Amino acid sequence: MKNHVLRPLWVALAFVALVLAARYIIVPKDFGVQGESFTYNFHRAGNVGEWQAFPVKYRGTEVCAECHAEQGEALAASGHGIIQCENCHGPGTDHPETENPQTMTIDRSRALCLRCHADLGYPAGGRINIPAIDSGEHHADKECAACHNPHTLDLKEDVQ
Amino acid sequence: MSCSRRSFLKNAVKCGMAASLPLSAFRLLRPAEVRAAVGDSKVRWAFLVDTTKCVGCGLCVKACKKENDVPYDVEVTRTWVERYVVTRDGKTHTDSPAGARDGFISPKIRDEEEINPEEVVKSFFVPKLCNQCDNPACVQVCPVGATYQTGDGVVLVDRKWCIGCGYCIMACPYGVRFFHPVHRVAEKCNFCYHRISKGMDTACVQACPFGARRIGNLKNLEDPVTKIIMNERVAVLKDEYGTKPQVFYIGLDHTVR
Repeated sequence: MKNHVLRPLWVALAFVALVLAARYIIVPKDFGVQGESFTYNFHRAGNVGEWQAFPVKYRGTEVCAECHAEQGEALAASGHGIIQCENCHGPGTDHPETENPQTMTIDRSRALCLRCHADLGYPAGGRINIPAIDSGEHHADKECAACHNPHTLDLKEDVQ
Repeated sequence: MSCSRRSFLKNAVKCGMAASLPLSAFRLLRPAEVRAAVGDSKVRWAFLVDTTKCVGCGLCVKACKKENDVPYDVEVTRTWVERYVVTRDGKTHTDSPAGARDGFISPKIRDEEEINPEEVVKSFFVPKLCNQCDNPACVQVCPVGATYQTGDGVVLVDRKWCIGCGYCIMACPYGVRFFHPVHRVAEKCNFCYHRISKGMDTACVQACPFGARRIGNLKNLEDPVTKIIMNERVAVLKDEYGTKPQVFYIGLDHTVR
């Protein structure tokens, strides 16, 4: 065959080779079908490990109680024992091993208590079984923790 | 060539049987395919939501957003809680302010619609999260293989591989996917894969004071969550889409979408 006919063919072949070479370099070695289904299991295998290595922030009441046993016991004995420490005190993350966070930021806002204790007027699932207040009526300007001890549920001594 | 009636019938039966064998019976399988087909994974994560226990405190949403670094003050969230209030006139009033990150502390719907308690027929909360479908529509549409199903049934997003095209966000019938404003990729609930892989509960399950959320392994028949899913009356969302969702609900209502 004549040279001018073949020349574009070589160009096309070179282009295909270039794409294949680029693909070989760019696509990670662990990319492919990792299980039964091409549709659902086609991915980079290493990503599973990357997600597993994501840091845990909420460590759980059991971990808190290892050091703060007194508060842990008081809380467990009260009706608030079902609530995790970190729901109000914030995620423990690396506390206290590192300074992240060294001291916990406690949420003392009314809004936090009202998540469960606001009276909606209608049953609202399990909400009807929880003691509730009308936020606008019940000492609207005060923090709940000013009178109520959130750990023991008792009224504080000076307000009794 | 002679052919007796007996041998003719024999051969006819043989040929019939051979022809009825499907072609797939002759296909050579790779060992990986065989292992996957018989199910080499001993874990299939599933979720159980008891809507009758939910009080709409939203502590699950708060914990999820902080645990998974979902921007706290942006209107995106991996899980959320919906409020349903059905009134006597047959109307269903629903809202989910900021995904219920701060719970429901006002009786008003969307902070504007007054509800007369006398008129309420039923009212309840429904937590929502990724259904980790057996046939995930979001995975099927991904053009680059950035989202996938792991061996234990959780659908993950590869943040390094996602190009942010948003097909998956459109494909999910449950609207659980969104665009992560910081990483600029598709984002979704992954059952706190980093926690369940270590034997912990998900952040939302741990944060729920009322036990309305639970996670379990469907392949372990002794798992209390599996027992409930197998033996009690549970429902899934949008069954008709054929996605085979793996988040099961107790106390689901026909008004829930």
